[in-house]
Amino acid sequence: MNASSTATPTGTWPMYRAMVGVGLVCGILIVTVFRVTLPVIERNQAEALQQAIFQVLPAARSSETFQAVDGGFRPLGAAAPTGELVYGGYDDSGALIGLAVEAQGMGYQDIIRVLYGYSFEENAIVGLRVLESKETPGLGDRIETDPAFVRNFERLDVSLSEDQTTLAHPIHAVKTGEKEHAWQVDGITGATISSKAIAEILDRSGSAWVPRIRRALDQFRKADQP
Amino acid sequence: MTDVRSDHGPSPTDEFLKGLWKENPVFVQVLGMCPVLAVSNTAENALAMGLATMFVLVLSNAVVSMIRSFIPRQVRIATYILVIATFVTVVDYVIQAISLDLHKALGAFISLIVVNCLILGRAEAFASKHGVGRSILDGLGMGIGFVVALLCLGGVRELFGSGSLFGVRVFPDQFQDWVVMILPSGGFFTLAAWLLLFNYLKQRRARPGPAVEVTS
Amino acid sequence: MNSDPLWSIFINASLINNFVLAYFLGICPFLGVSGKMETASRMGGAVTFVMLVTAVCAFGIQQLLLLIDAPYLKLISFIAVIASTVQLVEMFIKKMSPTLFRALGIFLPLITTNCAILGLALFQTNKGYGFLQCVVYALGAGAGFTLALVLMAGLREKLALAATPDVVKGTVLTLVLAGFLSVAFMGFAGLGS
Repeated sequence: MNASSTATPTGTWPMYRAMVGVGLVCGILIVTVFRVTLPVIERNQAEALQQAIFQVLPAARSSETFQAVDGGFRPLGAAAPTGELVYGGYDDSGALIGLAVEAQGMGYQDIIRVLYGYSFEENAIVGLRVLESKETPGLGDRIETDPAFVRNFERLDVSLSEDQTTLAHPIHAVKTGEKEHAWQVDGITGATISSKAIAEILDRSGSAWVPRIRRALDQFRKADQP
Repeated sequence: MTDVRSDHGPSPTDEFLKGLWKENPVFVQVLGMCPVLAVSNTAENALAMGLATMFVLVLSNAVVSMIRSFIPRQVRIATYILVIATFVTVVDYVIQAISLDLHKALGAFISLIVVNCLILGRAEAFASKHGVGRSILDGLGMGIGFVVALLCLGGVRELFGSGSLFGVRVFPDQFQDWVVMILPSGGFFTLAAWLLLFNYLKQRRARPGPAVEVTS
Repeated sequence: MNSDPLWSIFINASLINNFVLAYFLGICPFLGVSGKMETASRMGGAVTFVMLVTAVCAFGIQQLLLLIDAPYLKLISFIAVIASTVQLVEMFIKKMSPTLFRALGIFLPLITTNCAILGLALFQTNKGYGFLQCVVYALGAGAGFTLALVLMAGLREKLALAATPDVVKGTVLTLVLAGFLSVAFMGFAGLGS
């Protein structure tokens, strides 16, 4: 850093020696710690993901990750996660219950990231978990804590239009207490923008993913299951 | 720890205690403000951040002091930064392994310990001139001073902002949370209030004469 | 890959999530050199410039690290790049424009330990921005930093001659002002959606 001020007669060699020596030791230390902690971190991440999936698909008992490929989906297995992922949820007997899908969009303060569960049987969103949000504490963060708002996502209709290409009814937010249809989201007073943002995120993601998922329904079933 | 006694100057106890009160890194030296303000919205985050910083501070002080005679003057800052960045990377992975939630709450501020002026400042101003034992003591003192300061801020902000302390509800439910305290502006206001208190105490002590010594 | 539109990234970085007032990055220069309008704006310019260079370098490094699969070197390489960038920029400006060097000179070494720069590099990789997005993000962050610094300098110049109690003078007053600025900037939230 201060190499320009060569006032003291230090040779080049001690400088190289010092930098390379320290760099070497630091490198070894970092790689060792990385190696030791990596399995623990990966296990933590897998557990957190599994927990989130079970929360948005309450009936699920096991899960599997799928990767979107041309014309459908493929089980990820042990491969490194790349591209777009969806997570299948299965009950005790291994029968497919639904899929968990990640979505994101702009909220009031910053990006909101959510995971939602889609149930084939009900043709509806059956659970929602906010993975990441910086919404205003006490106001916007009620999208996570407000019980009435959370109840919206116990059964939010996402049935498809007749030609199976998009949602029959776009998901949108309405004023508190004015929810009439199963595809409307009852908003939060004082957190209009945040609750609208959630509805928009679900609408955009739902109209893109639900038709794709339904077309590829059989690819998610386990081989020995009907 | 043998060279603790061989060094001249203040006693080891003083070396340790100065960071707590007389030269408190946050309230007196006003160093390392960014993490102090950013992650002090709850007492738990503040404690975790303080401990992480203390860990890096003590270890980097120890290592810098250990290698101080091998390092040419010209490349010393670069070497210090290298050492500090290494320990911060280590802390980052360790926290991730301990708790993902905690890692998410602290976010990029764990990595930003690297540029905490407190750590580079102690390496340059103290550890590069003193023995290992003394440097560790200095790091411990400063680190604990930093933790205490963070807790002071985090405690106050969580208490008024969410009505709780370490996640346990303290105030009755009728208490209307002061949301502003958890918001960024609350960080500025709380720190200002603490500094005001310290300034006030300093002034009051200065007026009757320099004889009054506060032992923390 | 992130698909945020460029205007939204700019507004987000400069106003809604202002680096100084919402993320608390770069507090040291914010408290230190916000006394005079002129130095504040120059510091802002210097930081914006270094941010831009850092953003481009950090983008390159991130691609390289992905290529050789060494995520654990991220922090070390970022800080090394920032330190050397600042040095190079200093030498370059000294050579090319002595006038600019005199204006920015003393601030440049300070920028190395400015957490806003490292923060920028870390955030842009966390968000997975593409090259152009990184550049716009750096410009927005720099503009936001300059804005906060200049606003604060304006306030402090106004208050320089006001009768304030001794205990409040200096850092305390600046922090209280920063708190109010931060509240004011909260009004920008929602612009990005």
